[in-house]
Amino acid sequence: MATEYASGAEYIKHHLTNLTFGQHPDGSWGFAHTREQVDAMGFWAIHVDSMAWAIGLGLVFVGLFGYAARRATEDVPGGFQNAIEQLVEFIDGTVRDSFSHRNRMVAPLALCSFIWIFLMNLMDLVPVDWVPWAFSLIGVHYMKIVPTTDPNVTMGMSLSIFALVLYYSLRCKGIGGFLGELTLHPFSAKNPFLKILLIPINLFLEGVALLAKPVSHGLRLFGNLYAGEMIFILIALLPLYAQWTLSVPWAIFHVLVILLQAFIFMVLTVVYLNMAHDTGEH
Amino acid sequence: MNINLTLIGQAISFTIFVWFCMRFIWPPVINALEARKKRIADGLADADAAKTERERAEQEAQQTTGQAREEASRILAQAERRAGEIVAEARTTAKTEGERILTQAQEEIDKNTQQVREQLRGEVATLAVAGAEAVLRREVDAKAHAEALDQLAERL
Repeated sequence: MATEYASGAEYIKHHLTNLTFGQHPDGSWGFAHTREQVDAMGFWAIHVDSMAWAIGLGLVFVGLFGYAARRATEDVPGGFQNAIEQLVEFIDGTVRDSFSHRNRMVAPLALCSFIWIFLMNLMDLVPVDWVPWAFSLIGVHYMKIVPTTDPNVTMGMSLSIFALVLYYSLRCKGIGGFLGELTLHPFSAKNPFLKILLIPINLFLEGVALLAKPVSHGLRLFGNLYAGEMIFILIALLPLYAQWTLSVPWAIFHVLVILLQAFIFMVLTVVYLNMAHDTGEH
Repeated sequence: MNINLTLIGQAISFTIFVWFCMRFIWPPVINALEARKKRIADGLADADAAKTERERAEQEAQQTTGQAREEASRILAQAERRAGEIVAEARTTAKTEGERILTQAQEEIDKNTQQVREQLRGEVATLAVAGAEAVLRREVDAKAHAEALDQLAERL
């Protein structure tokens, strides 16, 4: 497929461009047909492919687990039922290990993050040209099928979790407690004057630490998957007979990566929420 | 690599999926798991109780069997003793009866012998008289000599 493009660079660029719907600079709404149009749209545009695949895979998750949940009984489970229950139990165990407070939302949130991100990552193992080629037949020019290679998707999730972290921090610690945590650590002094003097330094350090959480949370997932996708695209530029020598080992290795990244995202979600619940009363 | 509305779209869909998961997926599955865990624990406890009960029943059965065996051997001994008694009794009865029959037969024989002897005695006497008559060629007064004849018959 790579041969249809004028150069390797163009092929890569094409494969890294989302199908974007948004407002053109002239005020009209529509799909972007070139990379330049995408760039010109700015914030008021939406990656239709990322959203569609993400929601589609989310529905797969909801469908599979919803089906299992509806049929869940205390009787002997069948194979499918058993698999779903194993996953739920695994998540439940992980959450129990790293979350020491009571919150009904955390475990389902962790399950949803893990499975959904895993499914989105899994699209990375679909050969890079198949789906874009199939869509090009029906006239859709751009198609990126791995939602987690879109920073909007990963940051959308990590910022949602950051919002939860802020919410629970304020709820569990109170405004004073939360501000105190941001301003009175890591440097503390008994002298009130010195204390006030240290506030800006502490605020800066803690502020950076706080803001780094969602950014690293989202960008870690994005970076890993984007790099993986990029390598698949580069391998696709090789002559056809040589591709398997690299794509097979990379795909096998990538199985580990997609699982691990989903797991890391889930664990960090739980850990951040646990920190938000910690009131310092140990 | 543009940050755009997708960010918000993804945040919204994430929220919806998490809400759905929290509302419809997590509770039924985890409840089923808990219920099954409880059921298994109950089942194990039941099995333990049943085992204890079985051991108790086995012991009881053993005890009952022992008792029954004892009873049976007691009855058997009794029966044997009784059988011996019956046999002995029967033997005694039979012996007595045999003796009685024997005695009776002996008596009968004795009686018959006596009878025959009487008869013979009479006949011999008659014959003797007839003989004597023939010898004497005269009528012997049977009445006058009856006593002598009786004495003769007595000697025979």
